[in-house]
Amino acid sequence: MRAVIAEDLFLLRDGLTRLLEAHGMQVTAAVDNGTAFLAAVTADKPDVAIVDVRLPPTFTDEGLKAALAARREVPGLPVLVLSQYVEQIYARELLASGTGGIGYLLKDRVLDGAQFADAVRRVAGGGTAMDPEVIARLVDRSSADGALATLSPREREVLGLMAEGRSNAAIAQRLFITERAVAKHTASIFLRLDLQPSDDDNRRVLAVLAFLGR
Amino acid sequence: MDGGTGTPERGWRQGRWSWIGAGALAVARGAGLCGLAVAGLVLLLALLMPLFLAGLGIGLLVNGPAHWPAAEGAAVRAAPFAGLVVSLLLFPALLLAVRGLAVATRRLSGDWCAVPISDPYLSPPADGRGGYRERLRWLADPATRRDVQWLAVNTLGGWILAAVPAGLMLYGLLCLLGGNRGHPVVATPPAFPGSEPPMLLLLGAALIALGLWAGPRLLRGYGLLARSLLGPTGQAALALRVAHLAQTRADTIDTGAAEMRRIERDLHDGAQARLVAMGMTLDAADQMLGDNPAAARALLAEARESSAKALAELRALVRGIHPPVLADRGLAEALRGLVLDLPLRIHFASELTGRPPAPIESAAYFAVSELLANVSKHAHARQAWVDLRHQDGMLRLGVSDDGCGGADPARGTGLAGIERRLAAFDGVLALSSPPGGPTVVNMEIPCALSSPKTSSC
Repeated sequence: MRAVIAEDLFLLRDGLTRLLEAHGMQVTAAVDNGTAFLAAVTADKPDVAIVDVRLPPTFTDEGLKAALAARREVPGLPVLVLSQYVEQIYARELLASGTGGIGYLLKDRVLDGAQFADAVRRVAGGGTAMDPEVIARLVDRSSADGALATLSPREREVLGLMAEGRSNAAIAQRLFITERAVAKHTASIFLRLDLQPSDDDNRRVLAVLAFLGR
Repeated sequence: MDGGTGTPERGWRQGRWSWIGAGALAVARGAGLCGLAVAGLVLLLALLMPLFLAGLGIGLLVNGPAHWPAAEGAAVRAAPFAGLVVSLLLFPALLLAVRGLAVATRRLSGDWCAVPISDPYLSPPADGRGGYRERLRWLADPATRRDVQWLAVNTLGGWILAAVPAGLMLYGLLCLLGGNRGHPVVATPPAFPGSEPPMLLLLGAALIALGLWAGPRLLRGYGLLARSLLGPTGQAALALRVAHLAQTRADTIDTGAAEMRRIERDLHDGAQARLVAMGMTLDAADQMLGDNPAAARALLAEARESSAKALAELRALVRGIHPPVLADRGLAEALRGLVLDLPLRIHFASELTGRPPAPIESAAYFAVSELLANVSKHAHARQAWVDLRHQDGMLRLGVSDDGCGGADPARGTGLAGIERRLAAFDGVLALSSPPGGPTVVNMEIPCALSSPKTSSC
């Protein structure tokens, strides 16, 4: 699996490269700004791109804009955005296209190398990887209104884990229930959120979007 | 007629008789102001009393009747000086009365004449306390001297402005009375063609109408005259401004210092402590690595956990100092993000086209954040509204909810704190929160917007 990294801090860039290589991925380019990142993804066409939100020159949301631009240049490019902070409005912008292959994680998550590599693979495979912190805040407030209010607490829990990007098997393991029970919950969620049957991955992204979009 | 012109027409109809009401009110108020002028005259005479007594005393000393017996002559000569001493002792009370009258005139000018006058005093306005020395210090305040000048101007002619409408009304009524009885009750003006009843009725009606029409206008003139003397001079306005700036600067420094202490404490108790623990855990793991790799591994996991917690705490701390989206995207987006995070249905609207200066963005963000926290904690609201506009050189923020109301800035420090922080930018906060709701908070901060940052990607 081939990856491109955009991260302005040398230590973290270096660490990320080593981490990915340790998990059997190949880093074709590791750059420190948005412009070089765009050039690298259009040239290399990697399987996944990893971008820091804060990049020079403005050190604001340059990386986010670069990630969205890269998705326009190379449609369907899986992008994992890393940040010191997770913000719901950024999560929404990333998911706005309604397609998968999107990740948005706290930088802290690289501390657990195996789990991080897992998230990278999931994004590369067209899934989503939303940070539990984004999800936790959404779950807190989703009881307030909208279609999500009709979900049972258990269903909301399942939706949260689904939004993080976990498979039914992983969700079953986390909640100590059977995979069949998870499947039942997800079907009910899709029904309540009025998501037509289509391919499962896409529906999962749409469910997350409904979650974020409210 | 279409809807567009319907409204003014209705306004005219409503206004058809309203000028009579306004006029009558103005006439009554003018009469009230004349009453104040009489009080002013009394005060002015009392103020001049020491001069009069001193003059009299000196006159008697120099020029007293020579044939008075010695004892009686001494008593007569001493009397004015005794009066002088008494009047000087009463002087501070007199100053207090002058200030009271000036304060009342200022308030009435705002309430009755639609000419608000702000306080010009350097020392705090009349509070009825403070001794002789405090009153004498008032003499050093130019505003006190201007108060006395106002008494003179008002006595010499200012009151006429207020009295004319009432006079016109009175004269008009007397004319009407004369017209009714068939012979004039008062003399008509010499140039007036006749004192016959029809003419008198006509004159009376005209005078009353004139009085009613002129009432509000003359009252306004009176207010403007009062403002020219009772309002702060340019210099006094500057002095007041300096006092305000010194106060808000001190508040800002206090707030800043308190914030620094809080950050220091948070770092000390949070991230710093965790890093120390992490170092110790790593050290222990290092020592165990040789003979007990399993235990060392557990310690390493613990160290990693500590680092994650330290990061989380630092993140929360930074969010409290300067929220990342605020830095990245500005006030509107940051508030949009804030609204998303709260467990409450909040309608957000922003009409900002640019960005206010960063310190103002930050103050506004934390003000709204605190208000919304209040809403979700205390208001029991189902919905809330946040709107954001820039109008007439002011950043305007509105936060309202449909909750139970009854918010009181006097209780709790939240609202007062917001007010103080906004004051550093000359911003103001207005709260309306009747028991039973709804609560509406409006904030205004004067500032200019910079054009939106152009994207560099």
